[in-house]
Parts: sequence; structure tokens; C-alpha cells
Amino acid sequence: MSKILMKGNEAIAAAAIKGGCKFFFGYPITPQNELPEYMARELQKNGGCFVQAESEVAAINMVYGAAGAGARVMTSSSSPGIALKQEGISYIAGAELPCVIVNISRGGPGLGGIQPAQADYFQNTRGGGNGDYRLLVYAPATLQEAVDLTMEAFDVADYYRNPVIISGDGMIGQMMEPIEFKDIKKRELPKKDWITDGTKGEREPNIINSLALDPAELEKHNIRLQEKYKQMEKNEVRYELYNMENAEVVIVSYGTTSRVVKNAIAALKEEGINVGLIRPITLWPYPMKAFDEIPNTTKALLCVEMSMGQMIDDVKIANKGRLPVHFYGRSGGMVPSPDEIVGKVKEILGGER
Amino acid sequence: MTVVFKRTKGLKDIPTHYCPGCTHGIIHRLVGEALEELDLLGKAIGVAPVGCSVLAYEYFNCDMHEAAHGRAPAVATGIKRVHPNAAVFTYQGDGDLASIGAAEIVHAAHRGEKITTIFVNNAIYGMTGGQMAPTTLIGQKSTTSPYGRDANHAGMPLKVSEMLATITGAVFVERVAVDTPSNIRKAKKAIKKAFEVQMEGKGFGIVEVLSTCPTNWGLSATEALKWLRENMIPYYPLGNFRTPEEVK
Repeated sequence: MSKILMKGNEAIAAAAIKGGCKFFFGYPITPQNELPEYMARELQKNGGCFVQAESEVAAINMVYGAAGAGARVMTSSSSPGIALKQEGISYIAGAELPCVIVNISRGGPGLGGIQPAQADYFQNTRGGGNGDYRLLVYAPATLQEAVDLTMEAFDVADYYRNPVIISGDGMIGQMMEPIEFKDIKKRELPKKDWITDGTKGEREPNIINSLALDPAELEKHNIRLQEKYKQMEKNEVRYELYNMENAEVVIVSYGTTSRVVKNAIAALKEEGINVGLIRPITLWPYPMKAFDEIPNTTKALLCVEMSMGQMIDDVKIANKGRLPVHFYGRSGGMVPSPDEIVGKVKEILGGER
Repeated sequence: MTVVFKRTKGLKDIPTHYCPGCTHGIIHRLVGEALEELDLLGKAIGVAPVGCSVLAYEYFNCDMHEAAHGRAPAVATGIKRVHPNAAVFTYQGDGDLASIGAAEIVHAAHRGEKITTIFVNNAIYGMTGGQMAPTTLIGQKSTTSPYGRDANHAGMPLKVSEMLATITGAVFVERVAVDTPSNIRKAKKAIKKAFEVQMEGKGFGIVEVLSTCPTNWGLSATEALKWLRENMIPYYPLGNFRTPEEVK
């Protein structure tokens, strides 16, 4: 199949439909509006349905209903909108329903701005909803990767009966790149015999629920959820290692920022400085084991993000105190330049070169 | 021997947790009977609320989906869009529907969402222990209106049926009470009609049911029914506010 040029938000929407998404419930917020707009144009043609909800809160609860009813369903939003969806996300995770949530993030806190940022790392990986739950979080760095991961996300969500987040920033949403819709490897999926689609008088009623008033029962539920999350940690971790051989510094960066980092690495190479990159593709589960690949030549780690340092805790945990961890971040919608990253690497190596 | 009354298949054969004298049991039964008589049990998908009827999913003999506080109409929207031929209903109290979920109910009605809402109005928050609801009457004491509800401070009690009847998509709106056998029969008729309207694809239907809360009102079961009649019905008049004929 030939490549086509598409805008990020539209490419993700198209990939979702190819991944089997039939229902979309959302509310407009910049910079992800092309995604629901695409769904409004295309879903009906594919035998599905788009509803513009009255709020993000309603949208995620429509997702909750549709997912319980057995549909492949998606919602998308941007940072403050995702904040509003957290209540529903907690319920969906608690009731163990599959769905895909796209967060094309922007600067915050509060209304923040509309330019790309990665300041939703905590929101995506820790969540703002109540209780002990986890979401699988994909952070694509290219539109091709965004498309591939979105298509697969529906299978992954169904496999684990868990929400999956596609975490892109405004840059991923708004940029255009050539993409190709490739066939994805299909997983063998469990039968959806738990859905609410009417008993037809042929079975006992199904109940979709996250309430357990008996504390022992609720604890049991949480222990079972944790076992599921451990399976995700074992099987779903994804990352990229780049230019790690003889690296003096290893940068940890994801999504849009990792692309800028790659340019900085190329510039440093011309000056004879070897810098590697660990690029988490899943932000949760976090690629802890990638840090075991750090070569003996590495003197320091550098976490680079478009936030004030939300990922640095995970980098420190994965590093297990072995190397000094530095940070360089821009915030508010500012995108770091390769020069800034080159400067930071030189500063780290300063004393020695 | 002729059977004159029997358990409805619309409810599971298990005891409910409701307080003695509470009318939730009657309303559950009316919904169950309506679904059974319309042969909708196999097609029915109910959405349970937060509040006293939070465990409704345990009682109705059909597929059920628990919702977050106030969000039942949004959850029902998601279900109905996936299964347009199902009989989708929400069962909500006054805190759930008139307070935290006011946006969801208004917009489900506004979209003409083809669902049925059973709205149980007992003028108080029951499950959380008797706090003021948007529907609490003027002068009515609750734990958060200890001197009696003051309109100047807390506003007038919200008339949900009258408000929703102004929305084009709400094609069936009726207020009933379950205080007397005759009113209970009228309530059943309204609930059946609301489901029929949904199955005919005409739009959103809501039945507001005036109900009692003997525990939090601090009254006996019979005194509570009397209080409902003497205080609630004058402010919340019974009757039909909208029928499909009206909106043709």
C-alpha cells in the first residue's frame, strides 16, 4: 500500500476506524479537533456512530456505556479535557472495560495554552481518578508510529479489558507526515460474554459495575487488577534504544521531544561526542529494563521533556541510583531546540572535556 | 384458585436493602412489571445510579450497568447508540438527576435520546444521610438545611418535569406519585407509556415519581405518605406535561 500524507489527528482517527472503532464520543478542545471532526465525517459511513457530548464528563461516560455494551469505542481530548474525564476513566478501569483514549496534550496547568507540551505525564501514567488502577499508555514519536499503535490499541484494550491511552502532544496532532496503514498482528481475544446487550431471555443478566461494598471483596478485586497490571508490565513494555554504543551520556526522552533529541545526537556526533537515547514507547508500563542496556562508557543520564520534569522520577527509579541524572525541560508549549540539548550535554560533560 | 397477584419476572427473587416504608420497592416493582408486560425484559438494559438505589442493578432481572453519580443518562446514551433496539432506562434519584447530573439529563433530553428515565423524587438525599436536595421543599429541615430550606439562601426547589417539558426532545414527561393504590396504578401506566414511546423511537421519556423517605424525614411510613400528599404534591403537581401527540 502506498503512503499518504495526513495530519496527525486525522491519521489517528483513520487508524482507529481501521482498528475497528465504531463509536466515538467527544467534546471539542484544541489542539485535537480534527480527530472528532474526522470521526463525525467517517464513522457513520462505517456503520458506527459519532456523538458530540455536552461535556468531557458526559463523553467519557458515553464511552463507559458503549464499552459495557460491547462496542469498540474511543474518545479524544486535550489536557484540561482529559482532567475532566478522569472520573469516568477510573470507573471504566474499575469495571474493566476496554476503550481507547487519545490525549493530544497542551501546556498547563489550568487552561494553560494550546501549544504542545508533555506536562500530562503524571495525568496519563498516574491518572487523576480515584483508586488503584493503571492504564496502558502509548507515546508515539512519529505519525506512522501513532497510526500503528492506535490500530493495535483496540486489540490490546480488548485483550486486557482495560483502557489504553494514546499520548501525543499538539505537535503530533497538528503535524503532517506520510503514513501507511499496515496490517497489524491480531491478538487472540477473549469472548465478550460479559457485555450488556440484553439477555434475550437466553442467559442470566450481566452487570457492569465498579461498586463492591464488602471491603474484602473490593480488596480481592484490586489484587486481581494488580495481577493484570503485572501481566501488562511483563508483556507490553515497548521502547527504542538509539545510538547507545559507547555513549558518554544517555538521554531519556519520548514522543516529539525524542525527535529533537535525535537531531542533537547527530550534531554532537559530528563533534565526536557519543550520546545515546532511551525512548520509552510505553510510558506505563515504564521500560525499566531498557536502563540495563546502558553501556559502561556512560557517565550520566539526561531526561529531556516538554515539562518541568514529570518523567524524571521514573528515570531515577529505572536508573537505580547508578548514574547521576540531569534534567532539561521546556514548558508552556515551548519546544526545545537541538542546540539547547547540545548545550546541556556539553554542560554535563563540561568538567571532563 | 385464580392468581390475582404474583411476583413480577422483572425483579430478581431477592430481598432489597431499602428502609421500611420507603417506596423504592413499589417503584422497582412498577418498572419490572412494565418491562415484563411489554415483553421487554430480554431487550432491557438498565442504568443504576448513585444514592439509595445504587444497588438497583442487583434487583432488576435484566442487563444492568452501574453509573457514576449523575452520569446515568450519558452511560445510557452510549448503550443506546450501540444497541438502538434495546429498551434502555436510567433509574435516578433527585440528588443524582437534579443536582450533580443536571447537565447529563438536560442534554440527553435535548438530543432526544431514545431512553426512559425513572426519576425518583423524595425531596432529600437519602443514602448520604438526609442532606438537602435541589428538590427539598421550602422550610423543609435537612441535615444541611437545619433551619429549614430558605429560598433566599438555597433557591426554590427545582421542578424537573416542568423544566424538561420545555425541551423539544423530551417527548414524554409525566409526574406521578406512589402514595395511594390509585396513584400507583397511574404511575404504572405512565412508566409503561414511557417505555412504549422509547420503543417507538419517538424520543426521550421521563417519569418523575414522588416518593417517600420515612427514615430521613423522621416520620412513620403512613405519616410519610401523608406528608408527601400534603406537602410535595401541592408544589410538584401530578400530571402529564408532554406526550408524543403534543409534539407531532
